Amino acid sequence: MTAVYLTFIFVLAIFLGFELISKVPSTLHTPLMSGSNAISGITLIGALASMQTSHHGVTVLLGTLAVILATINVVGGYLVTDRMLAMFKKKDQGGAQ
Amino acid sequence: MSSVGINFVYVVSAALFIFGLKMLSSPATARRGNMISALGMLIAVVVTLLSQGMDYRWILIGVLIGSAIGATGASMVKMTSMPEMVALFNGFGGISSLLLAWSEYHQHPEMATGIAIIATISVFIGGVTFTGSMVAFSKLSGRISQKAIVFNGQHLINAAILAVVVLSGALFCLIPGSTSGYLLFILIVLVALGFGITSTIPIGGADMPVVISLLNSYSGLAACAAGFVVSNNILIVAGALVGASGIILTKIMCKAMNRSLANVLFSGFGTTTAKGSSEDGPQGEVKPASAEDVYYILEAADTVAFVPGYGLAVAQAQHVVKELGDLLEENGSEVVYAIHPVAGRMPGHMNVLLAEANVPYDQLVEMDEINPRMETIDVCVVIGANDVVNPAAAFEESSPIYGMPIIETFRAKTVIVLKRSMNTGFAGIENALFYRENTRMFFGDAKASIQALVSEFKGSN
Repeated sequence: MTAVYLTFIFVLAIFLGFELISKVPSTLHTPLMSGSNAISGITLIGALASMQTSHHGVTVLLGTLAVILATINVVGGYLVTDRMLAMFKKKDQGGAQ
Repeated sequence: MSSVGINFVYVVSAALFIFGLKMLSSPATARRGNMISALGMLIAVVVTLLSQGMDYRWILIGVLIGSAIGATGASMVKMTSMPEMVALFNGFGGISSLLLAWSEYHQHPEMATGIAIIATISVFIGGVTFTGSMVAFSKLSGRISQKAIVFNGQHLINAAILAVVVLSGALFCLIPGSTSGYLLFILIVLVALGFGITSTIPIGGADMPVVISLLNSYSGLAACAAGFVVSNNILIVAGALVGASGIILTKIMCKAMNRSLANVLFSGFGTTTAKGSSEDGPQGEVKPASAEDVYYILEAADTVAFVPGYGLAVAQAQHVVKELGDLLEENGSEVVYAIHPVAGRMPGHMNVLLAEANVPYDQLVEMDEINPRMETIDVCVVIGANDVVNPAAAFEESSPIYGMPIIETFRAKTVIVLKRSMNTGFAGIENALFYRENTRMFFGDAKASIQALVSEFKGSN
């Protein structure tokens, strides 16, 4: 049953993703990419959950590496997206002049 | 915290991701949207850490190292280098999905067949995303040749690799618990890493926007697959959103280049279009113009549209273009920047570069917005763009770029093309635009040429 339920969520999320993303103007496609990239660092959650005190050796090594790499993806992705979006200004916000 | 409680909080995180992406639909709300999405991620991380029996020591070390590297990279990167930065981060996301699936397998080698299949998929997509992104990163940053590297039997080798993956994957799913099962798993990891390289290396530098979009999609799908392996909702939802986003961007990029995805992936560009140049070449005479001539044309214009291409970014001319734009506005002209979807090295790259030069986003106009009103534009200034303004795409059925959507500058009253020489563009085909009655060629380095125009304007005031 779990498999059916997870697949259900997956399919709905894909449709929702298509709806959401097709509304993003091409002006913002680069920030969209780096921002969605940061979201794909969500594996961090899985990696964190796998870090149990009962584990040793290889599992700890794999888990720690996964945490490091996913954190780079998440932190770097969100920060760089914020840096880019901060530059998008409307004209009366001092964009011109 | 109980696992039910944690899963409820994940629903909140998922909702925040969705809100965040929704707010990206306008530049006015986009920044807040990104923060909301980041808040969703923070909540998910914190609540995960509240579950029982966590090994905080290694988590702390991992999070600190990762945050330091991520924050440094994000604050140092130049806007022109954004594509390689995104490729790099993307690769890290992919490999962490691979490691997560591996770690899960290492803990529970006696996997059910269904889970074993998904673990194989997760490892394969994660591995391909990692090495594929690294190749894209190396190509974009010039560490390896930007050219498409093609060799005989390439497709055969890739097909053989895929066959190995499917076979060893099938075997692995039957005997995941045994020693040979573990060896097969390692084989799948290695082959996935290899396939990322062999499948990305034949793709040329100018096709990178498609590749990055596609890899972006893979990294989402890898997270998704990892989510199935560890039965985690939030990984599946977030991964699916990213997967969908990457697929849409890939489609847009392919459409803007008038090529199918298969064509981008399997044929080194240039090989298919070398036959390009039309037999008799464009008719007419090239009319060169001096800075002074161009100044008089611009001075009298009511509406001016700049059409920037990647050449503008290469010449680092964004800031001086913006200065010229301001002077034109002071002079009473309406100024817009018309941007082709594939201008730059990743989707939307040119918009970021212009935003960095303080061009307000209401002046950044998409191709579909500018083309219908092209007749009303007095002057189009084409800077460092070539194929995306080539009328052959609209008229010459024999042209390799026929059918590609272009910014139809030729319909404007006057077109000024800034160009170093009469050399052909990336696709290696002549541009009839340069020979048209209403076109003036302003030869020279883009930055120096615009600088000269700025001085003309300042001198006259």
